[in-house]
Amino acid sequence: MNEHVKNVALETTDLSRRSFLVGTAATGLVLGYAGVPGIDSAAAAAPASFEPSVWYAISPDGLVTVTCGKADMGQHIASTMAQIVCEELGAKWSDMRVALASNDPKFNDPVLGAQITGGSWSTMMNFDAMSRAGAAGRMALTEGAAAAMGVPASELVVRDSMIVHPKSKKQMSFAEIVKSGKATKTFTPDELKAIKLKTPDQYTMIGVSVPQLDIPSKTNGTAKYGIDVMLPGMAYGAVVTPPVRFGATVKSVDDSGAKKVSGFIKAVTLDDKTGTTSGWVVAVASTYANAKKAAQALKIAYDGGPNAKLSSQSLLDEAMRLQKLEDSGQFFVKDGDPNAAFGSAAKVLEAEYTTSINIHAPLEPMNATAEFKGDILHIYSGNQFATRSGAIAAGAAGIDPKFVVMHQMWLGGGFGRRLDADMMIPAVQAAKAVGKPVKVIYTRENDMTMDFSRPLTYQKVKAGVDGDGKLIAISHDVVSAWPTARWGIPDFLTPSVDKKGPLDSFTVNGADFFYTVPNHYVRAIKNELAHNATPSGQLRSVAPGWTFWAVESMIDEIAAASGKDPAQFRISLLDGAGKNDGGAQRLRNTLLAAMGLSGYGTKQLPKGEGMGVACVSSQERATASWTACVAHVAVAPSGAVTVKKLTVATDVGTQVHPDNIRAQVEGAALWGLSLAMYEKATLKDGGIEQTNFDSYTPLRMSQTPEVAVAVIANGEKATGVGEPAVTVVAPAIGNAIFNASGARVRALPITAEAVKASMKA
Amino acid sequence: MPTLTINGRSLSVDAANDTPLLWAIREQLQMTGTKFGCGAGLCGACTVHVNGEAVRSCQTMVGDVAGKKITTIEGLSAKGDHPLQKAWIAEQVPQCGYCQSGQIMQAASLLAKNPNPTKEEVVAHMDGNLCRCMTYSRIQKAIMRAASEMRTASATSSERRPT
Repeated sequence: MNEHVKNVALETTDLSRRSFLVGTAATGLVLGYAGVPGIDSAAAAAPASFEPSVWYAISPDGLVTVTCGKADMGQHIASTMAQIVCEELGAKWSDMRVALASNDPKFNDPVLGAQITGGSWSTMMNFDAMSRAGAAGRMALTEGAAAAMGVPASELVVRDSMIVHPKSKKQMSFAEIVKSGKATKTFTPDELKAIKLKTPDQYTMIGVSVPQLDIPSKTNGTAKYGIDVMLPGMAYGAVVTPPVRFGATVKSVDDSGAKKVSGFIKAVTLDDKTGTTSGWVVAVASTYANAKKAAQALKIAYDGGPNAKLSSQSLLDEAMRLQKLEDSGQFFVKDGDPNAAFGSAAKVLEAEYTTSINIHAPLEPMNATAEFKGDILHIYSGNQFATRSGAIAAGAAGIDPKFVVMHQMWLGGGFGRRLDADMMIPAVQAAKAVGKPVKVIYTRENDMTMDFSRPLTYQKVKAGVDGDGKLIAISHDVVSAWPTARWGIPDFLTPSVDKKGPLDSFTVNGADFFYTVPNHYVRAIKNELAHNATPSGQLRSVAPGWTFWAVESMIDEIAAASGKDPAQFRISLLDGAGKNDGGAQRLRNTLLAAMGLSGYGTKQLPKGEGMGVACVSSQERATASWTACVAHVAVAPSGAVTVKKLTVATDVGTQVHPDNIRAQVEGAALWGLSLAMYEKATLKDGGIEQTNFDSYTPLRMSQTPEVAVAVIANGEKATGVGEPAVTVVAPAIGNAIFNASGARVRALPITAEAVKASMKA
Repeated sequence: MPTLTINGRSLSVDAANDTPLLWAIREQLQMTGTKFGCGAGLCGACTVHVNGEAVRSCQTMVGDVAGKKITTIEGLSAKGDHPLQKAWIAEQVPQCGYCQSGQIMQAASLLAKNPNPTKEEVVAHMDGNLCRCMTYSRIQKAIMRAASEMRTASATSSERRPT
C-alpha cells in the first residue's frame, strides 16, 4: 500500500466543529452541516460564500432536494434519507427529490466520519441526523412564516409543504416562505441536539411505503450509472488483465497489431503504486468497440509472479496447515476455557466447514471516467467508499487526495464490490497519458477474474456437551484472506483480545453470537497465501456469510447428536444471560416468528422433504439485527436438492419503508440461496477460472422459490436489512437437507454429489 | 456510415459494420438506457427489439440491422408509460435498476405476442435475463399486472369499435 492510502485519515465525528446552517438566498433554502470550521451564520446567509451542497435544499419552487451521502446500489437509501427528512420537515412526498453527494467531507456519515456504504449501517446511523436536519428546517420555516404572517410560531401547523395558521386561516407554502427570505434561523450543535423529535405515534411518513424516488428513472432508461457518463472529447479504455489474479508483471507490450485498429490512441501499462492492481494494460481508443479490438490485438508478455501456480486447493491446504498451528492467528473471543471444558465434556464434536471463492458480479461491470481539469482530477464512478477511493485515484495520479472530486452515480449493483477503487486506476493513468478524459469499462471477463472476491474460507469448530446435553464449550477457528486488512486503514481493524495485534473482524463477525456458551474461543487466522493471491473484498453480509454457515450448522449437529429438536435447542441457548441480554431474546423471537409462519413442527412433510432452521445476528454485535430462516427442501435419491420455500423473519426495530424492507430481505435471502447452491469460483494457475455468466451462475428466475417474509417492527431503533438475510439461508438449507435425508453438508456451495456422498456415509 | 432506423427515426452512426449494435446505440447515439452486462448474450441487460423481436444488442452487429426497425427502452413508449413500465412502478420492481431496461424489453416482446401468459411461460421467456438484485418475483408480478391491464384496455377498445 502506498503512503496516500495509509495516510487516509478518517475524519472523526466532531459535531462541535460543525454548525448547522440555515440560510436563504435567491437560490433557495439550504440546510446541513458545514464541513469546515469557521463558517458562521453570517456566511451562511450570504450565498456567495456558502456551498449549497449540504443535506438538503428547498428551492423557490418548493422542491426539496436531499443530498444523499450514501451510495445507492438498489437499496433505495437516497429515497430513505429523503423520507426521514420529510417526516420531520413536514414536506409533501411529491415535493421530494434526491441528489447524490460528491466526496466533500461535509457529506461524511455523521457516525462513521467517512463516506462509506456497507454493513447495513446507513439507516441506523443516519436516522437521527436526518431527522434533526428535517426538524430544524421545519422550525426555521415555521419561524419565517410566523414573521411573514405576523402570528405566533406556536400557533402554526406544518403539513404537506404548507404552514397553516388555523385561527386566521392564513397559510403559506414552503415555496412562498423560501421566496420571502424570512427563514433565517440557525442552530448551534447544542440547539440541534436539543430538538425534540417526533415520537413514533406522531409519524406520518416513517412506516409508510411511499413510492421510491429513483424507481421511475429505472423503468425508462434515464437513470445515470457510472457507465453512462459522457464527457466532451472523451476516449475509451479497455483493460487487458493478466492470467494471474494478482502478482503478475508486464514484461513487454507489442502494440503493432493495435496500431492497425481504427481509432486506436495508445496502450498504457499501469504503474500502480497503490498496490491495487498488478500487470494491467489499458488500450485507449476513440470508441469502446475500437478500444476492445485494440486490447485484443495487443501482444503482452507477462512474468506470472509468485502466485502463478496457486489453486483453490493450495489455498485450502495452507488454511488447514495454519489452523493446526497452536500459535496461529489472534483471538476475537476468549471466554472461559474451552480446552479444559472439552476434557470434562460427555461428548465432543468436531467439524470442518468451507466456503468457496465467490464473485460479486454486479450487473454493471466496473467502470470509471477520469478527467483532469486544471488542478482537479474529476472521477465519475458509482462507488461505495468515496473517502478511500478518492485517495486511491489520487495515488494513481500522483496528486494530493484533496484535489480529487468524486462524482457519485447510481450504482448498477454494489454488494461490496464498489468499496474498491481499482477501476479508477486505469481511467486516471490513461487520461493522464492521452490528455483527454477517459472512460474505462471492464469486460465481464475482466470484472470476474479481477474481482475482490469473497475469500475462500476454512473453519474448524469443536463443541463440547455435558451429560445433560448442555452446550458448554465452543472453539472456533476461522482461516481466510483478510479483506479489510487490505485497505490499510487501522481504524477498520479490531484489537485482538489476546493482545497479539489487530485482527480483521470482518472475517469473524457473527462468530461472537448471542447464544450462551460459557467457554467460547474464536480465533481469526489470516491466510497470507490467499490474501496475496486472491485479494479479497467485502461481499454482501461479509463474515457472517461464512461464520454462521459454520456456527448454525454446528448448532444443528450438536442438537442432532443430543437428540434435541434443533429449533428448541437454539431457543434454550438464547436465554439472554449476561452480555447476551436483549439481543438473545430478540433473536429468539424472530426464530419463533419464522417457525410459526413456516409451519415448522406442525406440517407433515412427505418422505424426502425436510425443514431446517437457522438464526443469525449479522453483523457486528454492536450493530446487530435479528434474522431467522426456515428452509423447506426436497432431496432426491441422487442428492439433488430443490429448495421449495424460504421463510424469513427479521426484527428491524423501526421500519422506515415496509415494502423496501421486504424487497431487501427477499433479495438478500435469494442471494443467500444463490451462494448456497449456485455460485462457485475457483482458482487455477493463479487465475480465477470463471469468466462470465456461463461458468459463474447466479440464481435465475426459474430457480427462484417462494420467499415468505415476516417483519417484526417492535419500536426499537431502526436496524439494517440489506444483508442479514443473506447469511441465514445457507445453514437453514444445510440443516433442512439433514432433516430431509440425514445427509450433512459442510461445504458451500452445496452440490448433489456432496449430499449423495453424505447420504451413503 | 450505416444508417439505423431506431425508435422511429433514421440515424446514421459512425461505426464499422462489425460494431455491436449495443455500442452504436450507447456511444454514437448516446441512448444509454440499453445496458452492457456481459458481452456474450448471457445476461439480457442489452435487450432491444429488432422488427419486434427481443434480441441481445451485444450480439447483434450494426451491419445486420440496417433497414430493420430497432426499438430501445427510450422508444418503447412516448412518455415511459407502456403498461409494463407502469406496472414496474406499481410493483416497485427495480432495486439497482441496471438490468431493468433489458427485463422490460424482454417482457414487452412476450406480451406483444401472448397477452395472457401463464407463470411458466413468463419464466421460460424471462430466464435469460439476470437480475443480480434478484427482483424476480416482482418482475413476474409486474408482467402479470401489465398483461391484465393490456387485455382490459384492448377489450375496452374493441367494445367501442363500431360494428
